Amino acid sequence: MIEATAVGRTFRVRGSVVHAVRDLSFRIEAGEFVGCLGPNGAGKSTTIKMLTGILAPTSGRVTVAGLDPSRRRTGLARRIGVVFGQRTTLWWDLPLKDSFELVRLLYKVDREVFRRRLGELAELLDLGGFLATPVRQLSLGQRMRGDIAAALLHDPALLVLDEPTIGLDVVSKAGVRDFLRRLNAERGTTVLLTTHDLGDVERLCRRVLLIDHGRLAFDGTVDDLRALVPGETSIEDVVAHLYLNSPASPRTPPAPRPSGDPPSVTA
Amino acid sequence: MRPGPDCGSSTACATDELRSPGPRVRRCAAFSLYLRLVRYGFRKHAAYWGAAVAGAFTNTVFGVLRAYVLIALWRSRPHLGGYDLPDAVAFCFLTQAFIGPMQVFGGGLDLTERIRSGDVALDLVRPASLQLWHLSEDLGRAAYLFLVRSVPPTVAGALLFGIVPPADAPAYLVSFVLGVVVSFGWRYLVALAAFWILDDRGLAVASLVLTTFFSGLMLPLVIFPGWLGALARALPWAAMVQVPADVYLGTTGPGPALAFQALWAAVLLGLGALATSVARRRVVIQGG
Amino acid sequence: MVRTYALLAWAWTRAAAQYPLSFAVMTVAGFVTSGLDAAVIWVIFANTRSLAGFGVAEVMFLYGASSLAFTVADLLFGNVDRISRHIRAGTLDVFLIRPASPFVQVAVDQFVPHRVGRVVQRAVMLGLALSRLGVPPGRAWMIPVMVASGIVIFAALFALSGAVQFLLTGAPEVANAFTYGGAQLTQYPLNVYGADLVRGVTYVLPLAFVNWQPGLYVLGREDPLGLPPLLRFLSPVAALALAGAAALAWRAGIRRYRSTGS
Repeated sequence: MIEATAVGRTFRVRGSVVHAVRDLSFRIEAGEFVGCLGPNGAGKSTTIKMLTGILAPTSGRVTVAGLDPSRRRTGLARRIGVVFGQRTTLWWDLPLKDSFELVRLLYKVDREVFRRRLGELAELLDLGGFLATPVRQLSLGQRMRGDIAAALLHDPALLVLDEPTIGLDVVSKAGVRDFLRRLNAERGTTVLLTTHDLGDVERLCRRVLLIDHGRLAFDGTVDDLRALVPGETSIEDVVAHLYLNSPASPRTPPAPRPSGDPPSVTA
Repeated sequence: MRPGPDCGSSTACATDELRSPGPRVRRCAAFSLYLRLVRYGFRKHAAYWGAAVAGAFTNTVFGVLRAYVLIALWRSRPHLGGYDLPDAVAFCFLTQAFIGPMQVFGGGLDLTERIRSGDVALDLVRPASLQLWHLSEDLGRAAYLFLVRSVPPTVAGALLFGIVPPADAPAYLVSFVLGVVVSFGWRYLVALAAFWILDDRGLAVASLVLTTFFSGLMLPLVIFPGWLGALARALPWAAMVQVPADVYLGTTGPGPALAFQALWAAVLLGLGALATSVARRRVVIQGG
Repeated sequence: MVRTYALLAWAWTRAAAQYPLSFAVMTVAGFVTSGLDAAVIWVIFANTRSLAGFGVAEVMFLYGASSLAFTVADLLFGNVDRISRHIRAGTLDVFLIRPASPFVQVAVDQFVPHRVGRVVQRAVMLGLALSRLGVPPGRAWMIPVMVASGIVIFAALFALSGAVQFLLTGAPEVANAFTYGGAQLTQYPLNVYGADLVRGVTYVLPLAFVNWQPGLYVLGREDPLGLPPLLRFLSPVAALALAGAAALAWRAGIRRYRSTGS
């Protein structure tokens, strides 16, 4: 489903070259559920942007759902779903169901297929109570469920989520996690998510990619990850240990943004 | 207004003001609070220097375009409205120079945003006047924009068309500051309206229309015919652009001009204080 | 492209309709604001009978044609100059993950239907000016051509100003000097401006083709600056050339964003 070969991404920041991602290679098969971990500024968001066609890599090759994201942006957009935890893709002033209708038209989903699909999603994500509510009036948990539904209306084979549980309360978090697990198990949708919440990783991801300083620092199961640091029992302590004892220092700064921009929270 | 490097100390200062025993000490502490807010307003806007430079560029381009139109008009009617041709050209660049500091297109206050988000409740419980707080910040903003957005169009006008020096520099300075205060008084009232009007964009547009037309930005009010001219010259917007420009050109006596501005400043600030107390009661009693 | 635009514009219209009072106020305010522009011309002609050799009806005609084109372009594409905000807020990324043109999505984002009020006002003004001018039918065919060319020219200016902001994200207001400045410039007969400025907006940035050159043909007037008479028929050519340049610049901007992340 995803194949990254020696992918590198450099940015020019005030004349000097910064390597946000370097020599990243991994493969994600259809049906996997993969979590992407890494400290702030490690290159996670840059990686996600390269996989979704927002950003072109400076070196190496990326293939997602059989397409080169940087060349086939619109083709890819129809095959994958993307959710940004920190910003919504919904229309702020429109009722949720109108946002869905627009997504249907943008992605050219057949009306009948859409009706059925929205019915399923509304039930699984429990959207029924606020389908007619304008997005700006939704709670963060409701909005996130709405965003996830919007990303899945065109039934993509791959769902990419950038920090989907950020800021959610315990109940909303559990709801989102439960949905993602079922989506992956029952529908076979491949899921790739980035997160700072290790609960997401422990409860959902069969496989973990740890990105640090733009490189792949670890690729394996959660149990393998735990085994990396003998003596630490909680996954939280294990990851903290790995972040603190990573080889190169200081950290690579996050992808540069025009001046005046608040530093991005995602890496 | 937002938490910034200065905020902590400003609040501390305001608290001092409450605790301090004598009225003299209290006044002194309050004064240093507002003085600090002026500096803070200056620095806050200095962070957006790119936008200010771009604004100065745009103001200069518009100054040139408008100057040509006024030149064509004054060629066919020399001494129109008591201005000669150099006066008309100077007027044009002066009005462009006022756009930034006088915030002719509206806004400049983050009060509206804070009212909409409800954060204003926090401001209202501070032991400091909401109105003076914003006035101080706005004076700092105006001082910064004077440097970045007023000087370039004026210099450009001088280089391209030649410009007359101010007739009475101290009077002009006072008139300029009064112009900013009148502009603040008006914008503060518009911003406070967000307490009572749910969606205030319509009001912002109406304010923009009134201000650009009746301030003298589009055409000098001295050439508005008949009753329209008399009305326009008596309204508060004239105090923001037309009157300071006239004081600069010396086409009006500084005494009556400054008195006119001071009167409107007092009226608008008074209305603002009244509206603030009504709003405070509303927030305290109804919880926003 | 057109379909996507129409769909999204309709969605924003429905969103705006959620605040019916504000919607009505804004539409009327738009009508009145543009009315005040007309009032400026009225004030000028309350003081003089001719401006640079043109009478009130002729100036109203030039102004109406240019501002009708501008308000239509602004209604449809004016939001493109908010691109730097989308870049800073990260919403451009959201546009890029959808299977639709980012240009269309940016142009239609925050589509404000009440700007129609201004379009209507300018159309009325142009109509009034024409009714006082009595243009012979043999030359009237140029009027729709010039308005259409003007719309394309201003739309291209908006696209160019958007493209420039991929480089100047910190100072999007620079672009206003060209879009709104262009609208301001063409409000009056161009011969009020210096001859060099007019040559510049004829041969470099083709603003003279919005209303001045074709307008001279409609009015049956000699060019006061003596430029070649053929120019007055070239508005569509100038419009297409500028649109082509704008399309290239926009694509370069998007490519730059996707290859530099800024």
